[in-house]
Amino acid sequence: MTGFHGRRGVAVVAFAQSEHSFSDLGWTEADLVMPLVNEVLATTGLRRSEIGFTCSGSNDYLVGTPFSFVAALDTIGAWPPISESHVEQDAAWALYEAWVRIQHGDVDTALVYGFGKGTVGDYAGISSLSYDPYYIAPLMPGDIGMAGLQARALKDAGFDVDPDPTPPPATDGAAAVILAAADVARGVCPRPAWITGLDHRIEPHSVGARDLTRSASTRQAALRAGVSAGPVDFAELHTRFEHEEPLLRRELGLEEDTVVNASGGPRKADPIMATGLIRIGEAAARIHDGSARRTVAHATAGPCLQHNLVCVLEAGEEAGEAGED
Amino acid sequence: MTTTREQGSDERVRHVLEFPGGYTRSTGPVIGRFLTGLRDGRLFGVRMPDGKVLVPPTEYDPRTAAVLGTADDDWVEVGPAGTVTTWTWIAEPRADHPLDRPFAWALIQPDGADTALLHAVDAGEREAMATGMRVHPTWRADRTGSIKDIAYFAPGDGPAEVPPSETDLEPVSMLTVPSRLEYRLRGGTVWNRFIDGMAVGQIRGTRCSTCGKVYVPPRGVCPADGLPATEWVDLPDTGVLTTFAVNNVPAAGAPEVPFVCGYVLLDGADIAMLVLISDVSWQEVRLGTRVKAVWVPEEERTRSVKNLKWFAPTGEPDVPFERYEEYV
Repeated sequence: MTGFHGRRGVAVVAFAQSEHSFSDLGWTEADLVMPLVNEVLATTGLRRSEIGFTCSGSNDYLVGTPFSFVAALDTIGAWPPISESHVEQDAAWALYEAWVRIQHGDVDTALVYGFGKGTVGDYAGISSLSYDPYYIAPLMPGDIGMAGLQARALKDAGFDVDPDPTPPPATDGAAAVILAAADVARGVCPRPAWITGLDHRIEPHSVGARDLTRSASTRQAALRAGVSAGPVDFAELHTRFEHEEPLLRRELGLEEDTVVNASGGPRKADPIMATGLIRIGEAAARIHDGSARRTVAHATAGPCLQHNLVCVLEAGEEAGEAGED
Repeated sequence: MTTTREQGSDERVRHVLEFPGGYTRSTGPVIGRFLTGLRDGRLFGVRMPDGKVLVPPTEYDPRTAAVLGTADDDWVEVGPAGTVTTWTWIAEPRADHPLDRPFAWALIQPDGADTALLHAVDAGEREAMATGMRVHPTWRADRTGSIKDIAYFAPGDGPAEVPPSETDLEPVSMLTVPSRLEYRLRGGTVWNRFIDGMAVGQIRGTRCSTCGKVYVPPRGVCPADGLPATEWVDLPDTGVLTTFAVNNVPAAGAPEVPFVCGYVLLDGADIAMLVLISDVSWQEVRLGTRVKAVWVPEEERTRSVKNLKWFAPTGEPDVPFERYEEYV
């Protein structure tokens, strides 16, 4: 039961990501994003004017500049005015919004991008400010502290994990994706990566009210996205911390032989707010290049895997048609 | 928001994002009641529809979204001692952490509660921490109705001494949370070239190779075409005032009120630049006024946009509206 019958078939038809940097090169948001937008347009042959909807994901706190997401709009040629939206979240959720927008039926293409500069700020402080403002933020536990609580809980529950998490390297980077509805997708991409399942679920924000040895939201999103309906060749998981992988593997129902994060994953490069979108892009790229038939991407947000998105991508005409009405 | 240049640094500037006095948040009835309890040196939870006790309490049941805590009977005093359900060791505390020595973050389930709250445990050393260990709160003397009214939790069952505090206070309904974030920023090539110009009294813009428009301050990308705009153009420091505002609200870092800020379209530019207008009384400022930049004396110039003090009227005839209406 994927819940996808009657939906428009939509595919990831292009993906590009920056050469991520682990030090601040003085690049602006526009510098990061522009080459990628032009790359995905060139890959598909689509003109800017043919993009029906644009959606991005970023976080102004990363660089401490209000409305920094507006600066990135320079890269997409927003004149004459375009149909555009932004989420203050990982751009995987921008992709979700774009997918919903294409379901409306009046637009066939969407450009999605995300960017983040993790090297200029204090992410422990920035992440703390995104937690519960009454009970948690004043204590400034930070993302690593919160991850440590989950790592210890998993260790105590018998998982073979290091209870002292180390963070991924602070990273500057960006990613861009083009989504297209069925007919357009076939025209612009030799092997479209059809989205045959897409769902996201969230848990209570109070970490003390959750069972940190489970990820009920991942399990539910995976069920609704239909992860178990077929073999998974590759999975790209938004694991900023090592202990998250065995938990996510279990909740997603991945088989032992499913290769996780063949790209290197977030442990190798973590351009916050693009990291989740890159998982979808990498999972799609394995289908574009013919190395996989069916892949799964996961993105997460919030402390201790609070909010989880699961996307199933498939190759083949059948996958493209399965979702069409 | 303040930005300071560090002398002799690798051209990175320290940028501090801070809200004086902090964010003020209303607590609502449930969080306010819990924080009032903390101010009194007591821990309270609220009963959920399944009979379990939620600590710290929220207005809505995390599972069913049912409204919580509306009846006095729904409130249960818990703890103050409790059990650590998970923890992580912080070997190097930050300046804004509850403790200035190594400590543990822990989820602590107070006796009588079914959920846990996050706080610091002052265990002294990592080896003293264990899941399942008993802890009790160490209360501050100066309690204000904040999660930080608990200074930290200490190992053992207590007793948890509660230093006396003011009585007969109104229930807590507001919370002020200071926040401060620090950044280290690097200018980038476009910004640096612009600043190099400003250092010698030259305003520089960039031109889009596709549409030919000239942007100032410069940007590396043409916002209309989404393509690189990297051809450099030296612009004159004269132009026309396309719109303005008279400011009467004093602000930190701003000139003395009333002051005038406005958009000036430099001759040869295709986007108006936000600047200060001065050397003219505010009653005499008009749209279409021809203006020229006033710079700080050459010997006082630094590598800063502040070299350009403001724009002042040149006395030339006003520019007709039709000539600049596209830029208003």
